[in-house]
Amino acid sequence: MIDLTLHFLVLLLMPPLLLGVIIKTKAFFGGRVGAPVLQPYFDLLKLLRKQMVLSRTTSWMFLAGPVVTLVATLAASLLLPLGERAAPVRFAGDFVLFAYLLALGRFFTVAAALDTGSAFEGMGAAREITFSCLSEPAVFLGLLALARITGSLELSGLLGPKVVDGWIAAAPTMVMLVVGLFVVALAENCRIPFDDPNTHLELTMIHEVMVLDHSGPALGIIEYGAAVKLFLFGAVVVRLAAPVSTGNPLLDWGAFVLAMVLFAALVGVVESGMARLRLTYVPNLLIGAGALTGLGFVLLLMR
Amino acid sequence: MTLTPVVVGAGLLAASGLISLLAPRAGRLGDLVFAALMVAGGLVGSVAAAAALVRGGDADLVVEWLLPWGRIWLHVDALSAVFLLPVFVVPALGAVYAVAYWSSGHNRSARPLRAFYGLLAGAMAFVVLAKDGVFFLVAWEVMALSAFFAVAAEDGKPEVRRAAWVYLVATHVGTLALIAMFALVRRASGRFDLAPLEVAGLSGSLATGIFLLALVGFGVKAGVMPLHVWLPGAHANAPSHVSAVLSGVMLKMGVYGLVRVGWMLPEITAWWGWLLLSLGAGSAVLGIALAIGQHDYKRLLAYSSIENIGVITLGLGAALLGRAAGDPVLTGLALAGVFLHVWNHALFKSLLFLVAGSVLHATGTRRMESLGGLAHTMPWTAALACVGCAAIGAMPPLNGFVSEWLIYRGLLSRAGGAGLGGAGLGGAVGGFNGGFAAAVVVLALTGALAVVAFARLFGTVFLGSGRSEAAPRAHEAPAAMLAPGLVLGAACVAIGLMPLAAVRLLGRAVALAGGGASADALGSGLLAPLSAIGALSAIVLGGAAGATLVLRWWGGAARGARPGTWDCGYARPSSRMQYGESSLAQTAIGLLVWVLAPRRRATPISGAFPRTASLRTRVPDPVLDRAILPAVRRATRLVMSLRRLQRGKVQVYMLYILLVVLVLLLLV
Amino acid sequence: MQSTADAVLVIVLAVNLLVLSSSRLRTIIYTVAAQGVILSLLPGLLHGGLGVRELVVSVGALVLKGVAIPRMLLRALADLPIRREIEPIVGFRASLLLGLIATVGSIYVSTRLPLLEVEGGSGQMFVAASFSTVLTGFLLLTTRMKAITQVLGYLVLENGIYIFGVLLLRATPFLVEVGVLLDLFVAIFVMGIIINHISREFTSISTEHLSALKD
Repeated sequence: MIDLTLHFLVLLLMPPLLLGVIIKTKAFFGGRVGAPVLQPYFDLLKLLRKQMVLSRTTSWMFLAGPVVTLVATLAASLLLPLGERAAPVRFAGDFVLFAYLLALGRFFTVAAALDTGSAFEGMGAAREITFSCLSEPAVFLGLLALARITGSLELSGLLGPKVVDGWIAAAPTMVMLVVGLFVVALAENCRIPFDDPNTHLELTMIHEVMVLDHSGPALGIIEYGAAVKLFLFGAVVVRLAAPVSTGNPLLDWGAFVLAMVLFAALVGVVESGMARLRLTYVPNLLIGAGALTGLGFVLLLMR
Repeated sequence: MTLTPVVVGAGLLAASGLISLLAPRAGRLGDLVFAALMVAGGLVGSVAAAAALVRGGDADLVVEWLLPWGRIWLHVDALSAVFLLPVFVVPALGAVYAVAYWSSGHNRSARPLRAFYGLLAGAMAFVVLAKDGVFFLVAWEVMALSAFFAVAAEDGKPEVRRAAWVYLVATHVGTLALIAMFALVRRASGRFDLAPLEVAGLSGSLATGIFLLALVGFGVKAGVMPLHVWLPGAHANAPSHVSAVLSGVMLKMGVYGLVRVGWMLPEITAWWGWLLLSLGAGSAVLGIALAIGQHDYKRLLAYSSIENIGVITLGLGAALLGRAAGDPVLTGLALAGVFLHVWNHALFKSLLFLVAGSVLHATGTRRMESLGGLAHTMPWTAALACVGCAAIGAMPPLNGFVSEWLIYRGLLSRAGGAGLGGAGLGGAVGGFNGGFAAAVVVLALTGALAVVAFARLFGTVFLGSGRSEAAPRAHEAPAAMLAPGLVLGAACVAIGLMPLAAVRLLGRAVALAGGGASADALGSGLLAPLSAIGALSAIVLGGAAGATLVLRWWGGAARGARPGTWDCGYARPSSRMQYGESSLAQTAIGLLVWVLAPRRRATPISGAFPRTASLRTRVPDPVLDRAILPAVRRATRLVMSLRRLQRGKVQVYMLYILLVVLVLLLLV
Repeated sequence: MQSTADAVLVIVLAVNLLVLSSSRLRTIIYTVAAQGVILSLLPGLLHGGLGVRELVVSVGALVLKGVAIPRMLLRALADLPIRREIEPIVGFRASLLLGLIATVGSIYVSTRLPLLEVEGGSGQMFVAASFSTVLTGFLLLTTRMKAITQVLGYLVLENGIYIFGVLLLRATPFLVEVGVLLDLFVAIFVMGIIINHISREFTSISTEHLSALKD
């Protein structure tokens, strides 16, 4: 019971913190003090209190988009184990549901973007759905490799205690999975080098450009949903990279939260150290990530 | 369990159109009679088929007949019942739709179309019921021919005629293969019917021959990838309620045939399974990739049918592999997924074709590029389209996800492993597991591409603002056209929310086609996740609906002035500047250039004040446009060159005769 | 996959894919050089320790594959008027895919061969890495147009043969390995001369122009 409560608390409260940590890290590398770590929370509260502006071309889809995306992402999060603790809902084959719930969110985000009738948002929509065609196989290959390592078909098992076996017996595969899935996490969450969440140059962007017309609470919901998604991908990568298990639930939770903060800091470091890729190179990098997870999977076949 | 209600239902379907011909030419009476008879037949038949699924038990009906080999032999078992349900449900709904969509008042072709439509529906029911080979072939031909006339309803248009002819040729190639198959069946069993074959009379090569001929014969009908040539044209050019029946139901007759032949064959060789699996994988990815390249929304739907048939074929291949390896878990899950996907595709693809018909009816164009913003003028249709698009993209609160999940789960039972902690990796050969893993990845890729195709379809047709005059002038479809869609949409949601109940219904059919062990395997907790999926789906659906309402209410204060969409400060944005369907597809097609090879014609832009510029892109069909048509053209040229022999002068012909005689003499 | 040698070979596999997917000549040269350096570690990890023979091969590989040839190529790059980006006949994505297929294929083949375990590594992994590197070399040779990428292709091809040679270091005479290295050296010289000639005759160095010589 306590575990479940903690699961929901961490899941619902922590995501914006990741954004705060990323911004702080980037500020550090930029030699600035930067906004407080809790700034994303204040931003969300501010957005919720604002008015919405609705374009006259939009229909009900414009509001349904952000909402469905957030609901689908939260539903997906029920399937994901956080750290060493198993997920509230789990069954063999649940990662398929996880992936398709995120696809549902993507469909509605894209639909809401197209609903504005703006050329820019259409561009973002086209990129978003296209790039996901490349990241989806990469993710599935990675999960299949994990299925072979852990012998489980549920996320809580795939990312469960047996991940340690992988590091002992198939370390190269694990390295490839961590790197490949980290790249996918950056791409799916539209971070540098795929997309720059800070610029507002419409032509260069993927995610931000799709939500240009959203404002007020709707924008708040989108931002929060994006943070949750980053949190989910981060949880996967963190669990693979550091399968810590102390035996004490509270310590495990602490380790998980700490690892997530480190993950955010790593994203910040990557963003500080790299420039955004030219858009035509984005598919190449994603295919590379898929090749890595695929190679990791293939290496397992050799045993 | 008797066959009477099913046969009565099928008879009603078949006769409905003919009876309605008795009604006066003018007025709506004929349409109404037709719809009433179809609905009555559909209700009787579907209730009886559902009863056969729930209660089980086979039934036979034999009528001695004067046909060369004998008799009409009808038979219903759980397997036929699974395929009977869509046959009874979808055409009846289509008939109701046709009352407003293709009424006698507006279309000259309405009367004959009703007759062929009814015949098509009835013939499909008899195809599924037939046990005797000859009767099966007769029903099959009636189905194929009435479908030809139904497709050719608008025979004034050249592209309709062309599509209908391509269909006619393709379907007869298929029938030819089927006749050959029955000949082989007779050789194996001495009989001419669709009964399980004995191991004794069946050599390996004979069984392989039967399987391959069935694959060609039924594959043409189902539209499996290299054999799909007729499908896009026929589905795009038929009246929309006919397209719904063709795509939603008639393709499944091919699937039914494959399942039935698989059931007849006592032993399965593994490579048949791999063949089906790879054909299915190819159809799935290529089908959906070609769908992304289409500019005509009905063609898009047609190509997406190829994708769905691909998924079904992939599942069928997995089920055969399960049978070959004696793995009841794989067989059971894959078959359950295949059967459920047959139902699901019948539901959402018919829904989408009916929606497409409404859009065509309201705007008069099939080009996505000239549409947009229909969510404002056709809100109900838009909502139905949204349900259909989400369902066909296999997204969770709806039914498409459930069947794909079952297939995924079946594949995963072999693609995973025992884990590194245990002794080795399940002990299976590396390549064996690798094949299943590849199938999983292909399904994932297909799913992602389906999101592209349907986000693009929904987004360009219903969202944004109208790209031409036609779009703003559109009107909501009349009730008779909305009601069938509502029924289909409700069924999609219902299966999505109660997946376990739906799969339970299929238990008997799985047991029949995959052996009792596979049905038992399904019973043993493998399906428990379905209730979790159903619950999560309910949460998503309820949560999304509730939260959207809350947000509307919250933002209600802002409902004063509504400005235009922010366009980066651009002064005079026009609706033509929206991101169009071809631009949306361009990014995705760019990744698949090496498969799709899109053709592109652009006039270059030059000078400071360029006058006109145009850009045309087309993604040709890889088989029809690139292989068959060029081959036919070359053959025609070859044959035409022979015409030089035909001089029209008697003397020349006499010379020919002399030459022939001389040659003959020399030979003798 | 327990041993260090296997891990090294896995890196070699990854580097193969990297070579196929990068578009800049300089990057490819550096990557191939890195592969050479990595490969020079192999003899020491195998056969239970570093003998004189292993040392010689290892140092030879390091000097030739890791330093000398890449430097030559870099100098050629600097001296000749070559565009820094390469235009492949088959696109980067497709060649990456082909590379992946080649890797999967060679791994599949290696699981099917009856191989003995070598001390300090699995023969399977060696064969897989060797095949896949050879195939990568062939891919480079067949799909890239520039003469300099042809040299790189030969180099990668030779790396694959080298891996196989390391596996057989104890079993076959040392001379075989040296012979291979010598072969390569000659090949590089020849290629260098050819490049020089082509660039003198045609001013740009693309093998496409060689087809003009057919008549």
